[in-house]
Amino acid sequence: MSFYHVYQTIRDDDFYPMHDQTSEKDMMTILHKNILTEDDFLRLLSPMAEMYLEQAAQKAHALSLQYFGKTVLLYTPMYLANYCVNRCVYCSFNTQNVIERRQLTYNEIEEEAKAIASTGLKHILILTGECRKTTPVAYIVNAVKRLKKYFDSVGMEIYPLTEEEYKTVINAGVDSLTVYQEVYDETIYDNVHLSGPKKDYKYRLDAPERACRQKIRSVNIGPLLGLNDWRKEIFFTGMHAKYLQKKYPDVDISISLPRIKPHAGTYEARYDVNDQDLVQALMALKLFLPRVGITISTREAPDFRDNLIPLGVVKMSAGVSTEVGGHALEHGSDSQFEISDPRNVNMIKHAILKKGYQPVFKDWMPF
Amino acid sequence: MNQLVIGGKTLQSRLLIGTGKFPDKKIVPEVVEASGTQVVTMALRRVDLDSKEDNLLDYIPKHCTLLPNTSGARNADEAVRIARLARTMGCGNWVKIEVISDNKYLLPDNMETVRATEILAKEGFVVLPYMNPDLMSAKRLVDAGAATVMPLGAPIGTNRGIRTKELIQIIIEEIDIPVVVDAGIGRPSEAAEAMEMGADAVLVNTAIATANSPVHMGKAFHLAVQAGRLAYEAQLGRQSTYGNASSPLTGFLYEGVNS
Repeated sequence: MSFYHVYQTIRDDDFYPMHDQTSEKDMMTILHKNILTEDDFLRLLSPMAEMYLEQAAQKAHALSLQYFGKTVLLYTPMYLANYCVNRCVYCSFNTQNVIERRQLTYNEIEEEAKAIASTGLKHILILTGECRKTTPVAYIVNAVKRLKKYFDSVGMEIYPLTEEEYKTVINAGVDSLTVYQEVYDETIYDNVHLSGPKKDYKYRLDAPERACRQKIRSVNIGPLLGLNDWRKEIFFTGMHAKYLQKKYPDVDISISLPRIKPHAGTYEARYDVNDQDLVQALMALKLFLPRVGITISTREAPDFRDNLIPLGVVKMSAGVSTEVGGHALEHGSDSQFEISDPRNVNMIKHAILKKGYQPVFKDWMPF
Repeated sequence: MNQLVIGGKTLQSRLLIGTGKFPDKKIVPEVVEASGTQVVTMALRRVDLDSKEDNLLDYIPKHCTLLPNTSGARNADEAVRIARLARTMGCGNWVKIEVISDNKYLLPDNMETVRATEILAKEGFVVLPYMNPDLMSAKRLVDAGAATVMPLGAPIGTNRGIRTKELIQIIIEEIDIPVVVDAGIGRPSEAAEAMEMGADAVLVNTAIATANSPVHMGKAFHLAVQAGRLAYEAQLGRQSTYGNASSPLTGFLYEGVNS
């Protein structure tokens, strides 16, 4: 049993009749319920729910305050390498794109670490493209060991690993895992991943669960918005999070909602996801799964990010560079995608305080 | 009023407060003052000794007893490691045991909590364990050397009040070490209710930290805890199914009967 079996039972559902039949009365009932069903979640994603966005936001705010308080955890990504063997149409790292490729040496990793640590951040997320030849698990493990000298929490957003490999990196000090499914629709998934190991839909889908079985502390999942109808993708994401939360109660589950940004390739998002859509998606997830953490990246603009804080965002990236060596090295690489919030850590810290929230630099420690 | 003694320390205040969820760490000293608390708990995982300006410890007034908690521990071994780290970091020898492996409801694991308590009490820690309100677990915690037991009123952060009232009442009646109601208390009136029941103290975080004015809410809890304790010590009148008039109209019939 894995989430794939759950996905198989819902993938052919026709959501639209349910959306069309959602009434104002349904919405009022849902907004006053404490525990929401899957049908309620689906209705919160309907066009009718757009009329109730403010009420949903008020409830999401109250729930977030109750469970997380007025705090926002800050972290930053560190790109270790951008070599990749996959051909994902939406990503600069696509093996066929002509970009400057780079991989950090261990000493360069420490240089980057020192530069990031000097901003006060204690949480870091390491990223690579998918290339087992240049960035094998042993390289990741050594990198993590170096980084643990500077950071309390090291998260990982790399290619999917086997369960045994997850065990190895967790033992080395990795405490959180981010794996975006990119698109839950299996057919679209196949169409946008032209070649490479990432074509294996199920192997990627089951990656978070393999890490959960090895007692990782937290797992972050999400779709890449723009590849499919966002309403469907958010429904699948919510179901995936609920599945993991129920089966692995000791793992913190969080969700990110990245939207496709300009990159080195020519692919453009086929499905528009505007700001209001993103807010509706966020509210629906928050009401359906109140304890799930929501992460918002620098793919979004500064004002928009700041305004999302009271709606339930509990984790934000800050001082971001999507280049390999972009924090300290003179010659970085090409970036993975364009960021929209170029503010440094201090600026974001003050923006959070201005919103009446506490920027949290450290929320984890190795023990 | 009777005094509250925990780990050999006499406390004038029966309100313990938490430091999570505040909009700004800088507000903590004001809240401490308004609430009158002498014991402040904090998640060790949030303490950043390297930070020049963001070290939570700097915001906790020196007169308070630090109560580092083991938030994040999923089993006894992790809780023990965190407690030892806290002591090494100079946070004293008081520790609140939180062993939680259920991230949805944040309910504590009593068995692992007893195990951690046993190990740490033997090492000289003053152990305050957060627990599901179960009498037999409470007895085991006492045997393990706990300084208090801290049953939950409702899941952490829910502000739902004392939903486990009957079970906490049993623990209060049967356990001879201080009983601190921890988690679930959302209103000052609920803190007063816990104190009226005979709880020795309450621990409050979310209700104060997420109030529009945490300072005023801290003061409100301070007063409520005092009122509740005073009521308990004054001994509440008995409850009755039927109304009992304060000035009976037929009292004259019995005047002189027993004289």
